[in-house]
Formats: sequence, structure tokens, C-alpha cells
Amino acid sequence: MIWNALLLALREIRRNLMRASLTVLGIVIGVAAVITMVTLGNGATAQITAQVSSLGSNLVIVRPGQRMSPGQAAGWAPAFKEDDLAAILEAIPAVRSATGTAQRGSSVSYLAESTYTPVIGTTPSYPEVGNWALAEGRFFHDGEQRAGRSVCVLGESVRKALFSGTSPVGEKIRFRGMSCEVIGVLAPKGQSAMGQDQDDVVLMPLKAYQRRVAGRRSRQDIGSLMLSVRDGMSTEKVVKEVSALMRERRALAPNESDNFSVFDTKQIADALSSTTRILTALLGAVAAVSLLVGGIGIMNIMLVSVTERTREIGTRLAIGALESEVLLQFLVEAVALSSFGGLLGIALALIASFGLTQAMNLPFVLDVEIMLLAFAVSAGIGVLFGFVPARRAARLDPIEALRHE
Amino acid sequence: MSQRLDGPLIALRGVTKTYGSGQAAFQALKGVDFDIAAGEFVAVMGPSGSGKSTVMNILGCLDVPSSGEYLFLGEHVENLSRDQRALLRRHYLGFVFQGFNLLARTTALENVELPLLYRGLPLAERHAKARAALDLVGLTGWEHHTPAELSGGQQQRVAIARAIVTQPTLLLADEPTGNLDSERSVEIMQLLTGLNREHGITVLMVTHEPEMAAWASRTLRFADGVVGHDTSSFMGAD
Repeated sequence: MIWNALLLALREIRRNLMRASLTVLGIVIGVAAVITMVTLGNGATAQITAQVSSLGSNLVIVRPGQRMSPGQAAGWAPAFKEDDLAAILEAIPAVRSATGTAQRGSSVSYLAESTYTPVIGTTPSYPEVGNWALAEGRFFHDGEQRAGRSVCVLGESVRKALFSGTSPVGEKIRFRGMSCEVIGVLAPKGQSAMGQDQDDVVLMPLKAYQRRVAGRRSRQDIGSLMLSVRDGMSTEKVVKEVSALMRERRALAPNESDNFSVFDTKQIADALSSTTRILTALLGAVAAVSLLVGGIGIMNIMLVSVTERTREIGTRLAIGALESEVLLQFLVEAVALSSFGGLLGIALALIASFGLTQAMNLPFVLDVEIMLLAFAVSAGIGVLFGFVPARRAARLDPIEALRHE
Repeated sequence: MSQRLDGPLIALRGVTKTYGSGQAAFQALKGVDFDIAAGEFVAVMGPSGSGKSTVMNILGCLDVPSSGEYLFLGEHVENLSRDQRALLRRHYLGFVFQGFNLLARTTALENVELPLLYRGLPLAERHAKARAALDLVGLTGWEHHTPAELSGGQQQRVAIARAIVTQPTLLLADEPTGNLDSERSVEIMQLLTGLNREHGITVLMVTHEPEMAAWASRTLRFADGVVGHDTSSFMGAD
């Protein structure tokens, strides 16, 4: 009986292919939208996770002030000093190496070319802690750091802006009224999890930075600390130990809250990916509404189709079709239409999300579960919205139906 | 309901049909009695409003009488449910309509095999029987044409093939030549007569054309809700 109903339904769809395709359009778009949104969201989450782990999975960051949550103002936040770094390295053995950075935006020029970029003063352990490699040249060493030599290392974006084809090593660039010899170029890393260009940077020894780039009032300051934790050691434990140490060094009373914040890269990744997950769910929900609208579209067309085919239904009933057979035929027709729409939607979503992830430079993460779910929902919509028209068809009086014009 | 009785194929006993109720009630049949024996070719005539359509609907098991009895093969149709009557139609009746009522954009073969689908026959058997039926009505070679590609006469022959493909006991034809010219009408009447004589199918045909009624072996003339004249009332008297 179900096979017969399927055969009859498929014949009916084939008989009116144009109407059938227009009917399922809503479902196609709905399913495609849901899957595309979720795929893009998953891609974004995967990219953020990858970017954060490119920072190094064992990184602990210390920043001045509390991370602000909405409605909460940042309090007064003292900067760090170089002896903070030394104290942490000494007191917490789980920290393998530590570096500090201080930065200031500046216009940087080479001959006629110039660009605006953050100039960062840091220590020689910066590449090790931040997981950076060098594309050419070398990083500055301890001697240069201590002497406050005017040497610098360029990020790939800065190199591109100032030295289009040639090697910058050995050349002198100018910023803030000083000249600085380029000794190396960092290997590119691309965008950070926050969407910043990590390669848009000029690095120089912290001493030289503090003396020549930093403003008079922040001469001794370090903006943030980055600590690399030894393999196999718990970053959470280091976060706690650093917090305790800093409270002690700053002589904070137990009732005072931290005037700095310590977090590890895992926390950043979690915070960011939970944001994208919420966004994904939101977009998916909006797209699901269009799926519902698609279902109503099917019901509309099926109701019109029942009216239009009244005589045909009368003929079927006269020939000896049971009420249940007519019901099943129309129900199967609706389900076949909506499932077909679901399949088309999945195909469209694959094409669209592949194209979009390529265009947006996101990884293409295929989620089979959401595709199965979308397909099941579209079939379910067929049952749900096909039932009313099907019952109307089945309950027709054959005499009235045969007389229908 | 499958057992055959020795009695008449059809027996109507005091059948009335009333539409509406109260003031607006309209009595379409006011007590109809007649028998039809297996193998007869009966024409039903009468002006519109005389009750001939109502009696055809009752005989076709599409409707039930308000009172009285309708025995089909000894079965009391007036007591059957909607689905039971549908099964009776499926297994014993064939319908031919004035407007053909073929499924549009569907080939002749698929139209003819439709009743067999509801009987649950396998594909090969369906096709064989549908082809045989089309052959019988003279449409060999037209199996894959849709109604739009067929003339009116051909369409009616497809409809007749659909009605007889199940080898029904009773063929009900409602003005089968109403939409056809006289030449085509004669062809259809020859076909119906042949089915009646050579295949033993009882035919009941509503018509308002005396020339068409002349093909039948018996004419029931309806007037004002009763049988006004029966050309062979002696056959049905008991």
C-alpha cells in the first residue's frame, strides 16, 4: 500500500514538475540556509581554535586591569615593570620562559615608503614564548637588549609595505625620529583570533623602546607579560600562582580585587568559541524560521492542488480508492516533495558553504549531523503540513467531487 | 460479499432519497423498485430532475438510499460503510463518465492501469491487462499518448478500457456519448454493446438521446422520482 502510494505520488510530482519545484523552493532555501549558517559558524569556531593554538597551547598572558564585563568599568591599573618578569621566573619554576611587551602605534618609513604599524618593545625570548619563527635574518640577542641597540625585526606585512621585493635585512628604517637597522623578518602568522593582522608589527629591544619610543611617563612600563609554561605543567596552576605572586608584589589587601588579569590561551579560545557558537545557534534559528515558512508554502500548494484535482480525486474514489489510500497518497506526495526539497537544500548548502568558506578564508567543516537533522526536519514538515490537505482530499464526497468543475 | 446468488444482480426495493431536511427537503426518489439481471444492457432515461442521476449514484454505491433496500449480488448496500462500498466498487463496478475523467498528463496505459494499482496487482500483470483492455477498445499503439494527444472518442475509449480492465460485473455509464459527435457516439455504442454481448458485462447507461437508448435491450424511463416506464417490466416483475 505504501509502495502504491509512493508510486502514485511520484507520478503526480512528475506530472507537474514545474509546480513541484516551485513548491519545494521554500524548503530548499530553508534547509540550505540552516546548513550553510551552521557550517560557516563551525568553520569560524575551528579557525579561532586553530589561531589560538598557534599562539602556543601553553601560553599564560598577564595584563593590567580587570577584563571588563558589560557595565563594569576598569579600575586604575598599574603597568608591569621588568622586575615583575624576573620575579615570576624566579618564583614559579613551571614557567619556562617569559617575555614582556610594550607597544605604541607609529608611522614607519623606508625611503619614500611609509606605513602605520604598532612598534613593540620586547625581550629576546619573544619568539620562543609567542611561537614565532623567522623567515630571514635573526632576532636580537641579550647583548643588544641590554645595550638598548637600535635594531628591529619586521612582521611580514610591514616588510611587504616598505620593501616590496627586496630583502630588508641590513637596511635602515625610520620612525619617531630615530633610525633602526633591520636584522630579521618574522615568518607570517596571518590574522589573530581577534581579527588583527599579527604580521603588522615592528619588534625592537625593550630597552631601546623604553628609551626612544615610549612616552616620558611610561618609560619604565611593560604593557603585558607572556609566560610560556613547561610541557606537562598545568597552565591553570601557573595562572593561580602568578595571581598570588602579583597580589603579594602589589601588596593587595584580601578585600581588594586584582588590578591585573591572568589568563591562559585555553580560556581565550573558550570565550571566543562560545561566542561564535551562540552566533551560530542564533543564525541557525533564524534560518530555521525560513524552513517553517517553506513548510507553510507546501501546505498552501497542496491545498490548491487538492481543489484543482477534485475531479481526479472523485475519479479515484469512484474507481474504488479507500479514504485511507487517498490520504496516504497526498501525504506521501507532500513528504516526497519536502524530502526532495531537503536533498536539494543539502546540495545547495554544500556548494554555498564551500564557496563562502573559500571566500571568507575559513576552514570548511562538514557537519553530517546537522545535514541529517535538516533532512529529517524537512521530511517531518511534509508530514505536518501535508496532513491537512491530505485529509481534505480523503474526505471528499465522490459524487460532489465528480461534479466539480 | 463475494458469493453470487441466483437472484437478480441488482434489486431495488422501495428506494427513496431525500436531500436536505425540514422545509428545504427535496425528495429525489419517491419509492423505486426494479431488478436488473446479469447480462442486461439497460438504458436509463428521463428529464433532468427526474431522479435518474440519483438512482445511478445509488446503484454505483457512491450514495446510499434514505430508505428502502438496494441489493447488489444479494448484499444490502444500504448497510455498508463508506470503505466497504469503495471495495465493492473496486471489485465489481466500472465507471464511464460523460467528461471521461482521465488523469491529465498521464499516458493512456497509466490511466487504464489505475484501478489495478488499487487492487495491488504487480507491475507486469498491470501492464499486460491494461494493454489487453486498450486493445479491446481499439487503441493498440496509443498506449503512451496522454489525453491531450487523443481525440474525444479516443479519450472515451481509454475511459472505457479503464472501466473494464478489472473485468467488472456491472459497467455504469453516465451519458458516455454526451460529449461526442454522432459518428463517435455510434462507435462507443458498438463498443459497449460488444462488451455486453461478448464479455457478459452488465451495462447500465444513462442517456437522454433515444438513438443511444435504442442500442440497449431495455429502457427505464424516470419521471418525477419514480420509474414511469420500463420497456421490459415483465422481466423485473416477481
